[in-house]
Amino acid sequence: MKKNMNKNYFEVLRPGINSTFQDNGRNNFYHIGIPFSGAMDNRNFLLANTISNNEINNPVVEFAYQGPKLKYIGENISINVTGDVNFKIIRKNKNLEFSCYENIILENNDCLDILSTNRSVYGYLSIGGTFEVDYYLNSCSTNTKAKIGANSGEKLKKGQIIHLKNIKKILPKNKIEYLNSKIENIRIIKGPHFDYFSKDAIDSFFSDEFNVTKLSDRMGIRLKGPKISNIKNTNIKSEGLVKGVIQITADGDPIIMLSDHGTIGGYPKIGVVISADYDKLVQIPPGSKIKFKEINLKDAETIFKLYEMETQNLISNIK
Amino acid sequence: MIKNISNLGDAALYCDFGTEVNKEINRNVINYFNNLRDSNFLGITNITPSYNKLVISFDLKLTSFAKLKKQVENLELKKNNNSKNNLIKIPVCCAEEFALDIKRLQKLLKINESKIYETFFSKNYYCYMTGFIAGMPFLGDMDKSLFAKRLETPRVKVPKNSIGITEQFCNIYTFESPGGWNIIGKTPVDIFDNKKNTEPNLINPGDTISFYPISKLEYEKKYE
Repeated sequence: MKKNMNKNYFEVLRPGINSTFQDNGRNNFYHIGIPFSGAMDNRNFLLANTISNNEINNPVVEFAYQGPKLKYIGENISINVTGDVNFKIIRKNKNLEFSCYENIILENNDCLDILSTNRSVYGYLSIGGTFEVDYYLNSCSTNTKAKIGANSGEKLKKGQIIHLKNIKKILPKNKIEYLNSKIENIRIIKGPHFDYFSKDAIDSFFSDEFNVTKLSDRMGIRLKGPKISNIKNTNIKSEGLVKGVIQITADGDPIIMLSDHGTIGGYPKIGVVISADYDKLVQIPPGSKIKFKEINLKDAETIFKLYEMETQNLISNIK
Repeated sequence: MIKNISNLGDAALYCDFGTEVNKEINRNVINYFNNLRDSNFLGITNITPSYNKLVISFDLKLTSFAKLKKQVENLELKKNNNSKNNLIKIPVCCAEEFALDIKRLQKLLKINESKIYETFFSKNYYCYMTGFIAGMPFLGDMDKSLFAKRLETPRVKVPKNSIGITEQFCNIYTFESPGGWNIIGKTPVDIFDNKKNTEPNLINPGDTISFYPISKLEYEKKYE
């Protein structure tokens, strides 16, 4: 492989709360206990790479709540941030403000400070080029539990250097207007253990509100609300899980499994979040309230088609 | 052999092989798993075998529940597709510092330590599934005399490579992890090697495991 002669890199001045490299995720390893991982909010991941004119599966930096502060050394490079994110660039002691979803040119010695996500959780940083990261089982997605993927399976660390390669000489000026809509009603399909719960429990599951607790991360969202009482058995023989599955623990609290979830679980599954609502679900921050609404498979499939069309439409509108 | 196929959300099939936990049912599950891995049906992203269920997740952009269900129902099974399954020998050191729950087990099961180990090491174990955390094998069945409940309060951190038992099953903690199984020893062998880019896990569903005891000295040598 040809070595890049230019030394272009970021120095991590502040890593942020949970900043990891992610791509599209890792297929076909659930059976050995390795979850899908990948960018939590797939639409914002796709937009980030498309705005950068990158391959769709190029690595990005995903951050949660507070993002990283990065010092850039090297030739001019385009970057963009997606999500609902406050950030600034510090250039020669001046603070410059920019918007998400547009390419910005970073110059040598600039400092990119990703301050926070607004009433949301995840944001993405993409560059017109490639972060030099390690791949494991066909993906660079960092899984901090199994310690695999980019950065030796670790979050970004203070002081580390992120090397860059394939920096685009022609800096694209792409941008789009996009507002991340928020949702409170999560649509779900009935799970295989629906009949483990009393009629009253099911009624309150669909009519009451649940609080998103602080015990939420890339593995799952823990909810607090009315106890969902079990009339059969609080445990099942462990079996496969998928992202979006809602398990009810022995204490009667729902847990929604997210992209880094354990691959098998032993709690009854009351339902599964529809694929079209997943990107918005993961963006709901702790302290928010959510409600569940049941729909059938046919409707879920139609809604997903519409969601996909909307995503493709957004991508084709990037100019 | 599959009793029922239902949908798990809009992007997965939930194949039910029954409610019991036994080798016969699990071999069916794993036979389907192996055949599906060779089938190359469009859109499958993951296949997760467990005791008596098989979950097949798929990319909703490429296929759908109805399409994939039909393909699975019409799948022609190659018989004896278990050639991929191996016998694997795992050394275990039962030194006091590794056998965190042996005292509890003696009281609970009312048999002495040496009898517990003699019974444990005398059997081969079948791998029903791997997962929960990367590479963790769920093995069975234990001799009835060793059936023990989980700890009332799970440990926050079970050391990596610990051997745990509960009810009819035993497992190996491939990473430091929370857990409530009774810990009886530790192996110097890495069951999941995150440096290996192909087949990082030593034990696969359908494999047979035989444990054998080693001394602390041998344990330390193997670790070097």
